[in-house]
Amino acid sequence: MARVVVDVMLKTEILDPQGEAVLGALPRLGVTDVSSVRIGRRVEIEFDENASNVEEQSRVIADKLLANPVIENFTIAVEESVETGAEHA
Amino acid sequence: MSARIGIVTFPGSLDDRDAARAVYLGGAEPVRLWHDDAQISGVDGVWLPGGFSYGDYLRCGAIARFSQVMDTVKAAADAGMPVIGVCNGFQVLCESHLLPGALVRNAHLRYRNAPTRLRVETERTAWTRAFEPGTEVVFPAKHGEGRYVADEAVLDELEDSGRVVFRYADNPNGSMRDIAGVCSEAGNVVGLMPHPEHAVEALTGPSTDGLGIVASVLSHLSEGAVR
Repeated sequence: MARVVVDVMLKTEILDPQGEAVLGALPRLGVTDVSSVRIGRRVEIEFDENASNVEEQSRVIADKLLANPVIENFTIAVEESVETGAEHA
Repeated sequence: MSARIGIVTFPGSLDDRDAARAVYLGGAEPVRLWHDDAQISGVDGVWLPGGFSYGDYLRCGAIARFSQVMDTVKAAADAGMPVIGVCNGFQVLCESHLLPGALVRNAHLRYRNAPTRLRVETERTAWTRAFEPGTEVVFPAKHGEGRYVADEAVLDELEDSGRVVFRYADNPNGSMRDIAGVCSEAGNVVGLMPHPEHAVEALTGPSTDGLGIVASVLSHLSEGAVR
């Protein structure tokens, strides 16, 4: 079973007000040496046992639905056949 | 025999009834359309209303783009049918690539809910031709994700080709170049964040300027200007 992780991030030139808000809260935690926080989205996709073209299909999913290319970039990581969940638990 | 304007209800649409009432008050016949209709019942124009289609999951408008009715709306828009998207409807039009750019979280992160002054920048669209360019109108704005963004080249192109349709007098959300609404190249597809359908009666709205939107599309349709 192939597992694919898609990370979606706002493009660097797009203001991320959520990240700014988190950055603004950090001094109240006593953390003062952070210069930038940006917030994105992580999507985990599990394909069927016998799925083919997993990477290609993931690219279509990410490009057409998960990310809006006008404002976001994405990266795709394919994790091949995770049989035992134990090491990830 | 009045023009028939289809109003699409997605799961989570809120302003579909107000839009239908505005269309009716403006002198056209509202026709209710459902998100999984493959047909659009011979309507002359389409209104995509505000709300939170599909719970705004993923991104506002991202799921609605794949609904059955949008295939038909997209084909009709490409053939010249007047289509307007208000608020969530504007987001759906951007996600569907019927309009350029995108709408993202307000710069100050707050939901903004207030009557908003807008300048009508062009009368050369199916939905604004009844206005004098430069006219100021007041429509309620109510959104958390209304900041219009696009890359500089796209913004320049929109400005140069006169496709910025509405501009905020007091930018409520950080939209680039104060843009509140834009149109397609042919001018038949218009999207804007503030709500003309909430500005059609003195009793409940801050103005009745929204009637001009319906008057515009009626005038557009009666001249057979559909390309």
